[in-house]
Amino acid sequence: MADMHRQNIDAVTGVSTTGHEWDGIRELNNPLPRWWLWTFYACIAWAVLYWVLFPAWPLVTGYTYGLLGWKSREAIQADLAQLRAQRAVFADKLAAASLPEIEQNPELLAFARAQGRAAFGDNCAPCHGAGAAGTKGYPNLNDDDWLWGGTLDQIHATIQHGARSADPDAHAGDMPAFGRDGMLPRPDIVAAADYVRHIAGLAPAPGADLAKGGEVFDANCAACHGAEGKGNSELGAPNLADPIWLYGSDRATIIQTISNGRAGLMPAWKGRLDDGTLKALTVYVHTLGGGL
Amino acid sequence: MATATTPAPRKSLWQKHAFFERNSIWLIIGILLVISVGGLVEIVPLFYLKSTIEKVSGVRPWTPLELAGRNIYVREGCYNCHSQMIRPLRDEVERYGHYSLAAESMYDRPFQWGSKRTGPDLARVGGKYSDEWQRQHLADPRSVVPGSIMPGYPFLAESRLEAADIGQDMKVNALYGVPYTEEMIAAAAADLRTQATTDAADAEALQQRYPGAQIRDFDGNLAFVSEADALIAYLQALGTMVDFKLYDDKANIR
Repeated sequence: MADMHRQNIDAVTGVSTTGHEWDGIRELNNPLPRWWLWTFYACIAWAVLYWVLFPAWPLVTGYTYGLLGWKSREAIQADLAQLRAQRAVFADKLAAASLPEIEQNPELLAFARAQGRAAFGDNCAPCHGAGAAGTKGYPNLNDDDWLWGGTLDQIHATIQHGARSADPDAHAGDMPAFGRDGMLPRPDIVAAADYVRHIAGLAPAPGADLAKGGEVFDANCAACHGAEGKGNSELGAPNLADPIWLYGSDRATIIQTISNGRAGLMPAWKGRLDDGTLKALTVYVHTLGGGL
Repeated sequence: MATATTPAPRKSLWQKHAFFERNSIWLIIGILLVISVGGLVEIVPLFYLKSTIEKVSGVRPWTPLELAGRNIYVREGCYNCHSQMIRPLRDEVERYGHYSLAAESMYDRPFQWGSKRTGPDLARVGGKYSDEWQRQHLADPRSVVPGSIMPGYPFLAESRLEAADIGQDMKVNALYGVPYTEEMIAAAAADLRTQATTDAADAEALQQRYPGAQIRDFDGNLAFVSEADALIAYLQALGTMVDFKLYDDKANIR
């Protein structure tokens, strides 16, 4: 072949041609750039080396494991073990300490808050907001108003088991749908809504029947929300006598709440997050400002 | 230059390429054959190697409602922005949970893996948020996640789920090897309605066919089974089938 190329020299460029000709056009046989050619050979050599060192070729009953014995699933276990070892300095202390002890130890507190902040961003922020300020239906965690209690242990329980989740230890208790389920006639619901606005210190609507509303409230609402509407964190019954509202304090929203009930769901995080992270989250949420 | 076209005296094998260069159909066939070697070597062994799919308990075929939700997931192109594959890398496991197992998508046809994540990975999103959050987020993502760039899908909650052919869908899946039984296929339409109903009467039969299936009104509207019902049922089931407390990482190193 080489002989043939030497025979075919292009007159204009002085470069030999491949000997191919199409309609009088001939293909010049310029050599490949050396750097390109050697890179190409190096890639082939690299591939062969890779086959030898790493898992590569499928066979009949298995595959070639490679001389290094590297396995992706072993590698991730090693990576995670290294991470745990790296964190163990504080994580072990965190696991051993009780929740109040963590808060009293500045070093542990800083660690728990840092870990808690990261976990909060990944897991809690989609509902409670990046700054934990909540939104309609998702409680603000910065204030002193707690549906299920704001002590360390109560927050810990709520995070672990959730509320109305599938976890058997989850907080349970629904606001009944007094209207939809036919437990109260419409005028009673409207009167109760006016009364609730009254105990919250909001201006009552013109013509509000507070006496009747009070009767309805005592008979139907006080069992959970308390006679003064101060709420009950055992039942997740919110305090109605403060200016903090999960779904809204306008008359129409309160009427809707009484008519159709409310049952916000907080997922259970035990199992999804490890125990150390759950503790860190508890401390983080508790120290946001609203912890009791 | 008449000599240029003179054939070389000895016709070596090397020169046979002229045949492919002058017959485009044979060139195409030749290219396909060469390329398929790569595919055959990489893909075919996955069908017979026993180590391809781990033995884990808990993974079951999708329920009819979940399967319908999966169809909506594919129809709306969710996979364009969301992967369902947690890679065995430290940062991914830290953020999303246990890395995905091949067994977890063995009944997915087609699988929803991927590497493009405009949004987060969804392989373990099941149970992470409430149904209510999923409803709000699907209808208007920015109402719950202010920085989100995901488009809203408010029509899902308003659209009646068209799933008269879900049994057919399951039959086709069964052809591919998904273990749907005759009984499951026969009960498909009823199971679909049952799963979208809170306190449904025949919930137990559904649970027996699909252990661990979540049965409730997912979209908060009992009037009809909506597309949101199906999609949320699917999302809430993602990544929840394997109990990782019972899963042995060491036994499945490969």
